[in-house]
Amino acid sequence: MRELICINCPRGCRLKVDDDLNVTGNFCPRGAIYAKNELTHPVRTLTSTVKVQSVLERRLPVKSSEPLPKEKVFDAVKELDNVEMKAPVHIGDVVIANVCNTGVNIVATKNIEK
Amino acid sequence: MIHHRLVIIGGGSAGMAAAVKAYELGEKDILILEKNNYLGGILNQCIHNGFGLHEFKEELTGPEFMSRFSKQVNELGIKYRLNANVLSVTKEKVVTYSSEEDGLVSVQADAIILTTGCYERNAGAIQIAGDRPVGVYTAGQAQLYLNCYGYLVGKKVFILGSGDIGLIMARRMTLEGAKVLGVAELMPYSAGLNRNIVQCLQDFNIPLYLSHTVKEVRGKNRVEKVIIAKVDEKMQFIPGTEMEFDCDTLLLSVGLIPNNDLFNNLGIKFSKTRGAMVNQDMETEIPGIFSAGNVLHVHDLVDYVVSEAREAAVGAVKYLNKTTKHAGFTYEIKQGYGIGYVVPQVLNIDDASEKVSFKFRVAKPFKDIVINIKEGERLIKKIIKPAIVPSEMEIVYLPKELFQKEDHVITVSVEEKK
Repeated sequence: MRELICINCPRGCRLKVDDDLNVTGNFCPRGAIYAKNELTHPVRTLTSTVKVQSVLERRLPVKSSEPLPKEKVFDAVKELDNVEMKAPVHIGDVVIANVCNTGVNIVATKNIEK
Repeated sequence: MIHHRLVIIGGGSAGMAAAVKAYELGEKDILILEKNNYLGGILNQCIHNGFGLHEFKEELTGPEFMSRFSKQVNELGIKYRLNANVLSVTKEKVVTYSSEEDGLVSVQADAIILTTGCYERNAGAIQIAGDRPVGVYTAGQAQLYLNCYGYLVGKKVFILGSGDIGLIMARRMTLEGAKVLGVAELMPYSAGLNRNIVQCLQDFNIPLYLSHTVKEVRGKNRVEKVIIAKVDEKMQFIPGTEMEFDCDTLLLSVGLIPNNDLFNNLGIKFSKTRGAMVNQDMETEIPGIFSAGNVLHVHDLVDYVVSEAREAAVGAVKYLNKTTKHAGFTYEIKQGYGIGYVVPQVLNIDDASEKVSFKFRVAKPFKDIVINIKEGERLIKKIIKPAIVPSEMEIVYLPKELFQKEDHVITVSVEEKK
């Protein structure tokens, strides 16, 4: 039996997972998915920033379009160092495709028009 | 003097949500005054995800969340002025602002909503002993530097206070190459959300020292050392429990304070939240002047900020359309045992909508309790809570008919099981 705190939302449900990966204590279905992932292949959404050529902003905030394998997070951050975007940029624009061969894209999370 | 029916001070999430709601309710003559050169307020620097689960049923980052509102504001053509620094608000509802573009402008409003957010407690406010070197920042300052300007404020960091911004910054700075040595929290429990303890500290093996605080900061020019020690129940240092950390930066995440400067000259009453005392419409003692969001009380979720701002907008539109009576049966809402604060503090039941929202926090963590809401001695609502902590605001919607106009006092209190 493992005890986990769900990180999906601020509610922070206290989850209990037995050896057969049966989850209890979750308020919503996302808790069960989280607990199973956490014990088999933990994942995290990455948020960070990259350089941007713009008259308004110096940094463009970005995120991974899907959660990344936890062990790839630091490698993905390193890849962000080599990126420079140019305005205009819009929410959802791909900043890095298939980051660290995870099949996940890094996308912009802010509109910068000029 | 120019005139607008509704002036909203502050173009962050609360201000924008209030403006959009008021517009939808038919009020088209709105002016938002924003001191920065962008809408969205603090969410611009909150690049992490976790916003919008209630509001949009999806997990968004701060900039994504706020862009949904700024898009609406722009599409509806709601007027706003950027770089507009509001200097004063009077009882007569004259709002004076200055901006490079407009100069000094006075606006006569018919109704005002104050949505100016909150500010961080800083080093001066908590009186840390020791030297005064460079390298002591509030967590939000460090967040602004890193996320908006691209500067990492330090390489070896200690964090005082387990508020959410401090926890978020522990992760952010770690990802950007800093070493976060630990987080000290004065209280025996965390001030931040559990999920942030897990994903921001435990993920990176950053220790959390509960019942500990900074005893001394040392450093000639730059921070060189932070010394923490354990405290007893009376918050006194326990000798012999000191721990030293060699670091170049101390981040402070020690609380947020409603930014009520503009209300200080109005002569209105304030509540325990350090925000204005308000009724069910988020209306202050002066009819037609409203307050919502973090300037009223510090929220943990922007989703709740938005819903509160809409309540204020509903109230403002009712006021503007002269449907608020400001008469009839009035309740005083009090916090009983175990409750830190309740919003609102006044309930004019004859002016209330079908459902009245009560927002409150407990004063300390509890387990297996019942929260009772009573009109006089009569129980009107009972909420069972297996566990509850001060860092999570509770919100309950009470149907209007639960209130029976028998007693003028409503009390929210914690009942512990024997």
